[in-house]
Amino acid sequence: MMENNNVIEVKELTKMFGDFTAVSAITFEVKQGEIFGFLGANGAGKTTAMKMLIGISKPTAGDARVAGFDVASEAENIKKNIGYMSQKFALYDDLTVKENITFFGGIYGLTRAKIKEKTRELTEELGLKDLTDQMVGSLPLGWKQKIAFSVSLLHEPKIVFLDEPTGGVDPITRRQFWEMIYKSANKGTTIFVTTHYMDEAEYCDRVSIMVNGKIEALDSPKKLKEQYGAETMNDVFLKLARG
Amino acid sequence: MKQFRGFVIKEFYHIFRDKRSLFILFGMPIAQILLFGFAITNEINNVDIAVLDHSKDATTEEMINSIAASEYFSIDQFIEREADIETVFKQGKVKAVLNIEKDFSQKLIKDGKAYVQIITDATDPNTANTIFNYVTSILQKFQSSKNKSAEFPYQIVPQTRMVYNPELKSVFMFVPGVMTIILMLVSAMMTSISITREKELGTMEILLVSPLKPFQVIVGKVVPYIFLSVINAIVIVVLSIFIFKMPVEGSLFLLGLESVLFIITALALGILISSIAQTQQTAMMISLMGLMLPVILLSGFIFPISSMPFILQIISNIVPAKWFIIIIKGIMLKGVGLWFIWKETLVLLGMTVFFIGLSVKKYKIRLE
Amino acid sequence: MSIVVSNISKSYKTVKALKNISFEVNEGELFGLIGPDGAGKTTLFRVLTTLLIADEGKATVAGYDLLKDYKTIRESVGYMPGRFSLYQDLTVEENLKFFATIFGTTIAENYDLIKDIYVQIEPFKTRRAGKLSGGMKQKLALSCALIHKPKVLFLDEPTTGVDPVSRKEFWEMIKRLQQKGITILVSTPYMDEAALCDRIALIQDGTILQIDTPEAIIKHYPKAIYNVSADNMYQLIESLKAYEHSHSVYPFGEFVHYTDKRTGFDPKQLKKYLEEKKLAGISIEITQPTIEDAFMELAI
Repeated sequence: MMENNNVIEVKELTKMFGDFTAVSAITFEVKQGEIFGFLGANGAGKTTAMKMLIGISKPTAGDARVAGFDVASEAENIKKNIGYMSQKFALYDDLTVKENITFFGGIYGLTRAKIKEKTRELTEELGLKDLTDQMVGSLPLGWKQKIAFSVSLLHEPKIVFLDEPTGGVDPITRRQFWEMIYKSANKGTTIFVTTHYMDEAEYCDRVSIMVNGKIEALDSPKKLKEQYGAETMNDVFLKLARG
Repeated sequence: MKQFRGFVIKEFYHIFRDKRSLFILFGMPIAQILLFGFAITNEINNVDIAVLDHSKDATTEEMINSIAASEYFSIDQFIEREADIETVFKQGKVKAVLNIEKDFSQKLIKDGKAYVQIITDATDPNTANTIFNYVTSILQKFQSSKNKSAEFPYQIVPQTRMVYNPELKSVFMFVPGVMTIILMLVSAMMTSISITREKELGTMEILLVSPLKPFQVIVGKVVPYIFLSVINAIVIVVLSIFIFKMPVEGSLFLLGLESVLFIITALALGILISSIAQTQQTAMMISLMGLMLPVILLSGFIFPISSMPFILQIISNIVPAKWFIIIIKGIMLKGVGLWFIWKETLVLLGMTVFFIGLSVKKYKIRLE
Repeated sequence: MSIVVSNISKSYKTVKALKNISFEVNEGELFGLIGPDGAGKTTLFRVLTTLLIADEGKATVAGYDLLKDYKTIRESVGYMPGRFSLYQDLTVEENLKFFATIFGTTIAENYDLIKDIYVQIEPFKTRRAGKLSGGMKQKLALSCALIHKPKVLFLDEPTTGVDPVSRKEFWEMIKRLQQKGITILVSTPYMDEAALCDRIALIQDGTILQIDTPEAIIKHYPKAIYNVSADNMYQLIESLKAYEHSHSVYPFGEFVHYTDKRTGFDPKQLKKYLEEKKLAGISIEITQPTIEDAFMELAI
C-alpha cells in the first residue's frame, strides 16, 4: 500500500454541510519526512479538511488514508499514529511542565518508565531542567510552543499536525521552533502545518493553498513564487486570492 | 443625555436579541408560578373528609351540609370518638377531620361564639393548608348567611390542628419566595453578566476611553433590568392572584414600591459582583453561590428561620431577601401597611445605599 | 509632538511589562510598535489611552498629560483594542451609531472621515457584527474608532488573525487616514509590516531595542548577510552552527540567513566546509537584511 512512501494520500476528499461545500474534492499526497504547508484564509476550508484527516470528522465523499489507515473507517488507528498541536490549545496552563508530559504520555499509553525517560530527554534538549516544576502558564509563549511541540512527539507519531504553531512568537524563538521541526522531519516524521501566516509557509518543503474549499496551488514555495512572479508567499497568496 | 439614551437603547438590543436569556427571563417566573399554582388547585377537588360531631344539632347539620355541598369536599364518614381520628388518618383516605365541639348551637346563642377544629394531615403540608383555608372560607360564608337572619351576630371560630407535621409554613410563602428568587436572579445575575460580558469582549476598554461617565455606564446597564424586573414582578403577582388564588390583602401600590426597592438592592449587588468578576462565568458562579443559595436557604423561604441554629439566624439578617420576604408576606397575606413594615423597609433601604456606595467606590475608571 | 513618552515603567505583580520606555511621535506620523506577543505593546497602549496608570514616568498625548488631563485625552483619541471590540449581537450600523452617540456625535457629522472604509461594509449594514468575516470586523472596528474624529489613533495589533488580503487593504486605509492629518500609533507582531510605517520602535520584553525609520534600521545592520541553501535543511543548520566562524544562523524560509564573525569572509571557504560535511546543492549568495534580521541581532 505504502510502497511510494506517501504517509498521507487524499483523493477527491469532499465535505458538505447541507448545501454548503466546505471542502471540494481535494487531492494531494504527502511523503514521509516532508514538511507540508496547508494554507488558506480563514473560512477557506482548511480546518474542515484537517479535521477529516485526523479522524474527527467524516468525509461526505472521496478517500483519504493517513499513516496507512482510512479516515472514514479506521479513525481510531489514525489517532494513535499522529500527534497534534494547536496554537489555541497546546498544554494545560495550570499543570507543571512535568505534569503535562506525564498526562499526555499517559493518554497515549506510554509506560511509566518511558514517560520518565522522555521527560528527561525532553527537558534536557530544550534546556528546561530547572523549569520542570513550573506551571506552564507562567512560561513565555515561545517556551510553551516548544514544549507543546515536543509533547506532541512523545508517542513518536508518524505524522504531526501543527495548527498555526508560531503565530505571534518572537523571531528568535520562532527559528528555534523551526529548527526543531527540521530535526524531527530529518528523523522521518512528517509535518503537516496548517496556517494562514504566509511567512510560516516559506519554511515548508511544499505548500498547498486553499481558496473557497479547493486547492488552487500546490508546489514548493520557490516554484510557486517563480510561477506567480512574486517575491514572497504573501504576494503569491494575494495574487491567488484576488483571482 | 443623548449619550445615555443611546446606551440604554443598546442594552435593550442585547436583551431582546439573546433569545435564550429572554426565554429564561420571562419563561421562568411563569413556569414556576404555574407549577405551584397548578399543583395546588389540582389537589383540592373532592377531598375526602371525616366529621366528628359532638353536638349533632340543627346548626351543625346545616354547617356540615354546606361543606359537603361544595365542590371541594365530600364527607367520607362520620366518626364517634376522638380516638377514631387517628385511625381514619392512618387509613389514609381522609385528608382532614372536622371536629365540632359539644353544645355548638347553645354556645353560639349564649356566648356568641363556638369552635370548630379542623384537623389536617400535614404530611402533605400544601394540601393541609389549602384545606384549612377552604374550610375556613366556607364556614365564614355559612356564618354570614346565618347572621343575616339572627338577632345577635355570632361567630364560628375555626381552629387548626396539624397532625404529623406541626412546623408547617404557609403554602402562600412560595409566592413571596419565588418572587424574591426571580427578582434576585434577573436583577443581580443578569446585570453582572452583562457588565462582565463587555469586559470579556473588550468593549469595556472602549467605553472607558470614551466621554461616557462611569455612572452613566452603570445606570445605563441597570435601567433596562429595573424595567424587566418590574414586568416580572407584575407577571408573578397577576398569575398568583388568578391562578394560585393568592389573596393580596394589602396595598398593591406599596407592594410595587417595595419591589422596586428590592430590585435596586439586587441590581447594586449585581454591579458589585461585576466589579470583582472578570468573566461572565465567574459572575454567574458568584451570583448563584453568593446570592441564590442564601435566598433559598437563609431567607426563610423554605426553612423557617425560627428553627435554624442560632448562628444561622444571625447570618440570615444580612440576607436582603429575608427582609423582602417579610415585607411582601406582610403586604400580601396580612394586608399590613407601611406602619408595620417600616423597620424591614429601612433595613433594606440601608443595605441598598450601602451596596450602591460600595459598587460606585469599587467601579474602576481604569482597567485595574 | 503628538505623543511624548518619557521613562514609562509598568509592572504586574512579578512581571515587568514595561521597562523605562521613552519615545516621541510627531504630529501626523505613522509610528509602528513592532514586537512579538508579550513584548508589552498592549500594556503601553493601555497606559497611553489612560486605561492603566504607569508606575513610573510621564507621557503626554495630543499635548495632554496622562494623569491630569485623562478626561480630555479620552475625548481626543481613537482606540482600537487588540480584539475587535464590537458588540456581536448588534448590526454593523447599530455598532457605528452606538459609538457615535457615546462620543456625542453622529455618523453624518464625520462621515467624510470614515467614508472610504465604511462604504466597503455598508452593503452589510444590517448584518450582525458577529457574522462578519475577520476583515470586515476590522473595518467596522476602525470606523467605530474614527467616528469622533480623533486627533490620535491607537491601533493595537489591527492585523493579527486577519488574512493577507485584508491586511493589505487595512494598511492602505491607514495610509489614507494619515494623509488626513491623524497621528497613528500602530502595533504589530508582523515584521514585514514595519516597512509600511514612517518610523518604528522594535520592542521586546518591555524594552525598546531601537527607534528609527525602517530604511535606517536596515541600513545600520552591522554585518553582511548570506542566503545559504542546501538539499538537507536540518544538516545545513547544524553544520553552519558548528562552523567556527559563524556569528548567527537563522532559518529564513527556504534559506538560512548566515553572518560571519570575520570581516573578510569568503563564501568559497564556507562552501568547501559544507561540502566536507557531505551537503549537496549548496548555494551561498549575499542578500539584503530585513527588519527581522535587525530585530534578532538586537534581541540577542
